[in-house]
Amino acid sequence: MTIELQEKLQDFQTYIDAEEKIEPGDWMPDDYRAHNVRQISQHAHSEVIGMQPEGNWITRAPSLRAKKILLAKIQDEGGHGLYLYSAAETLGISRDELIEQLHEGKAKYSSVFNYPTLNWADIGAIGWLVDGAAVTNQLSLRRTSYGPYARAMFRICNEESFHQRQGYEIMMKMANGTPEQREMAQDALNRWWWPALMMFGPHDNQSQRTHKGMMWKIKRASNDELRQRFIDKTVPQAEFLGLTIPDPDLRWNPDTNQYDTGEINWDEFHQVISGNGPCNRERMDHHKKVHEEGAWVREAAAAFAAKKQAQQN
Amino acid sequence: MSDKNSQGPVWEVFTQKKSGQAFQHAGSLHAFDREMALENARDLYTRRDKPFGLWVVPASAIVAVSSEDSEAFFDPSDDKTYRHPTFYDIPEEVKNL
Repeated sequence: MTIELQEKLQDFQTYIDAEEKIEPGDWMPDDYRAHNVRQISQHAHSEVIGMQPEGNWITRAPSLRAKKILLAKIQDEGGHGLYLYSAAETLGISRDELIEQLHEGKAKYSSVFNYPTLNWADIGAIGWLVDGAAVTNQLSLRRTSYGPYARAMFRICNEESFHQRQGYEIMMKMANGTPEQREMAQDALNRWWWPALMMFGPHDNQSQRTHKGMMWKIKRASNDELRQRFIDKTVPQAEFLGLTIPDPDLRWNPDTNQYDTGEINWDEFHQVISGNGPCNRERMDHHKKVHEEGAWVREAAAAFAAKKQAQQN
Repeated sequence: MSDKNSQGPVWEVFTQKKSGQAFQHAGSLHAFDREMALENARDLYTRRDKPFGLWVVPASAIVAVSSEDSEAFFDPSDDKTYRHPTFYDIPEEVKNL
């Protein structure tokens, strides 16, 4: 490393340590740029792929009210994907490249969206647990050091709070409904609890990228810290519903003032992120199909814009 | 990185909350022409809290000062204390000034 580069890195770190934000045109280490592209694009892809498990229930929502709410929520998820793609693009990568990386499996999305939505209670559990886990992470990321990412997080967090509430409302209705509905609510909690905890990623001592991510303040809290934060606020919400968290080792620890939990099935986690979850193939095939079917729209819009441009000249 | 672009150019979006207020940057998006940029901006950045005004500007038209240059670029605005009203001593008995 040259002395000049060392000095630049030093200045960069000082700037970050002073809680200043990095903006698109600023000098940044290549690794910082790559780390942000990877994290922001993974976040964007998760928002977009996350539309699929919920979209599965639009036509079968139990009431017009529920359908309108679900449509609005899914539209938000699409919008959140677009905010994040835009933030990633400010780092010099194009939208086409981002989508290509997703289709080629070079970019990942959250493993949780590779689980199926089997019944209406799953829509409640997703809003409550999956959005709840996502927002725990996103609240922390409002303080991320890359300006466009931080601003997207503020916008997203403002919109997310209704998502979690609508999910909890569904859970309340079902938990207080017929014995069958109650059973469905418990079953949904049983199936979504562990995948929601996996959303925070590997334990800190297993996470290769945590160190640099924290040093550069891209990440503001570690995977385990965020996961614990989520567990501590969610357990009382499950108790209010009268539902049981599917973890026999879960108990309040008065010494640490937080819940102790059983171990996550990391083998399942690694299976799902490496492509062997229940719906990985289906999610990706659907995204590719829709992208290809939409190609003519993009081509027509480009042709129309060129024609109008020619008429003006 | 490749130049392939099937998504149209990037536009910056600015929204105005109420009549008379300053426009504020909301974010950016892709669109093929001005009309599409406005419609996409409406759909993407104003799904709630109906704003009053909306601007879209081709991102290529934005000229920016980088953070690195910021200090030097804006330096002259910091050293002229006589531009502030507190620089001037006015006797207390003089009112409305």
